[in-house]
Amino acid sequence: MTINIWSILKFFAYVAIIMFFLFPIAWVFNMSFMTNDEILRKVPALFYEPTLKNYVALWEGELAIEGFATMYIFFKQNLINSAILSVGSVSVTLLLGVPAAYAFARYKFKGGEDIAFTLLSFRFAPALLIILPLNLYFSKIGLYDSYFALIWVYQLITLPLLLWIVRGYFEDISPDIEYAYRLDGHSWFQSFWRISIPLAKPGIAAASLLCFIYAWNNFVFALILGSSQIQPVTVGALAFITASAIPYGLIACGIVVSVLPTLILALFIQKYLVQGLSLGAIKG
Amino acid sequence: MSYLTLENLSKSFKDDKVISNLNAKIDKGEFFVVFGPSGSGKTVLLRLLSGIMLLDNGEIEMNSQVINEFQPEERDISMAFQNFALYPHMKAYDNIASPLRANNKNIPDDEIDQKVKEVASLLKIEHVLTQFPKELSNGQKQRTSLARSLISKPSVVLLDDPLRNVDAKIRFEMRLELPRVLKEFNTTVIYVTQDFREAMALGDKIAVLYDGKFNDIDTPKNIYLNPSSLTTAKLFGDPTINNFTASVKKEGNLLFVDADGEKFKLKRKTNIQDCRCIVGIRPEDIILSNEPSDESIEVEFRTKTPLNLRIVFLVKLKSGLELLCSMTEEESRLINENNKLYISFLDERSYFFDVETKRNLE
Repeated sequence: MTINIWSILKFFAYVAIIMFFLFPIAWVFNMSFMTNDEILRKVPALFYEPTLKNYVALWEGELAIEGFATMYIFFKQNLINSAILSVGSVSVTLLLGVPAAYAFARYKFKGGEDIAFTLLSFRFAPALLIILPLNLYFSKIGLYDSYFALIWVYQLITLPLLLWIVRGYFEDISPDIEYAYRLDGHSWFQSFWRISIPLAKPGIAAASLLCFIYAWNNFVFALILGSSQIQPVTVGALAFITASAIPYGLIACGIVVSVLPTLILALFIQKYLVQGLSLGAIKG
Repeated sequence: MSYLTLENLSKSFKDDKVISNLNAKIDKGEFFVVFGPSGSGKTVLLRLLSGIMLLDNGEIEMNSQVINEFQPEERDISMAFQNFALYPHMKAYDNIASPLRANNKNIPDDEIDQKVKEVASLLKIEHVLTQFPKELSNGQKQRTSLARSLISKPSVVLLDDPLRNVDAKIRFEMRLELPRVLKEFNTTVIYVTQDFREAMALGDKIAVLYDGKFNDIDTPKNIYLNPSSLTTAKLFGDPTINNFTASVKKEGNLLFVDADGEKFKLKRKTNIQDCRCIVGIRPEDIILSNEPSDESIEVEFRTKTPLNLRIVFLVKLKSGLELLCSMTEEESRLINENNKLYISFLDERSYFFDVETKRNLE
């Protein structure tokens, strides 16, 4: 067997690419188990004694830094806020977006395409363009600093995203399958619930995941439209940087913890994504 | 009184009138075949009947009740789709059981189980009940979809060209089997096909659909022997009926036909007047021979080709008129196309259509 030089080169190319993308993550992961002193050493240590101090501090909400006052962290609350905001906005998006996507896919109504495009066009505008007016409005109508306001604003992005992805999945389902279910004696809603939704599930799963990631990662809306009471981890992590110290270990630890939910969700949803590709077949 | 009455049904899409003023009366338990060329609106008609599409005009009356406004699930009509339309995320068993599980029925599980197995055994698909649609062959999909449409014993079953998407062998099997299966359920069947042989093999009655309405509704035999128009006559027959314009003059039981200089006699009892009309003669009603007879016409051989176990000859008359004649394989072996050829016509087997309207003149 001859050794193909290209396959070897390809192997190293893959390794290089993977290293490039994964190295920062691995570094951050390592950092979360180090003390600040170890992180700030002039020659970074390859081997160190891992500590859970950062995680404990994150959980307990206070970190004692030698020579300084104890630092208080609201990270746990930030995490809860992130969860409320993300789950909330994905739920609202599903509730509004799935029926809307179905309507756009199945029924041709006057102005339908225009409405769908208008919704999509919300994504064209940069967030900064609308954020200051929104801040003023929300202050006036008393929505500033509420979960509701943020979830509402997130819909600008998540709703069109889900709508356009799921619409395509609904369009791929043969209407005859739904009609067949109606003729079996089921109502319109039952055919929607038991036929259309399950068949579009891969699309709904993928879109929900993307919406969740968007909501979880959003920074600028949460920064401007809410106080620390409702701020998610993305904004909350800023509080780690204080005048007295920058606890790198704690920041790394926060990053690891805040990445986990999205990662777990992605792994969980992957099953549906793969399943969806092989379901299709109507005839032959 | 008829069980299902269709009165002046109309449906158009934008300016395209697919169904216009369609009428029919269908009896209970009848096997009613809707036959028409592709694009004639057969599927649209079934969709109107099932309630998937709404009528522009007209009235559907079933069991003395107008059902125009009924939702599909309220009509007690089931349908087997041409593309099967099985639920891809349900096993064959659940596909078939679906009509029994509809909310207003409340049938206990063991009864559902028994019924599914019964209909599956009738259609010989017991061994695939645990499989998903994508694991089934087309024939099995077809049987599953038939089972689903029959299991709840609906008053009317609509079958949308069910044998279209299965291969020739299964099509033949099913053509033999379908009448037996449907008889078990004693239901009214409306069966759509674009194969005239299938229509003639299965139907108690055939309705011929083109130009948006039923042009003939009759027994297969009557339509074949007495088509209402040239179009119908052309649809029933493969190869299609020979037709040519000619002047016809009647003398007793004899008709003198003059087709652009080609003169011959047909023996035919008829009430038509002397006129210029379109004469139709089916290929199987022309006798081809090497031996001349009293009434025969000499023809020139053009070509021959096998078609559905018969041999079709294309021959040319002196006037340039070309005719098809078909015969069995054995008969064709007696004919030597290198020798002189003669044709003659079977008695009483010719048709006369109006030149303008193409209607049958009798």
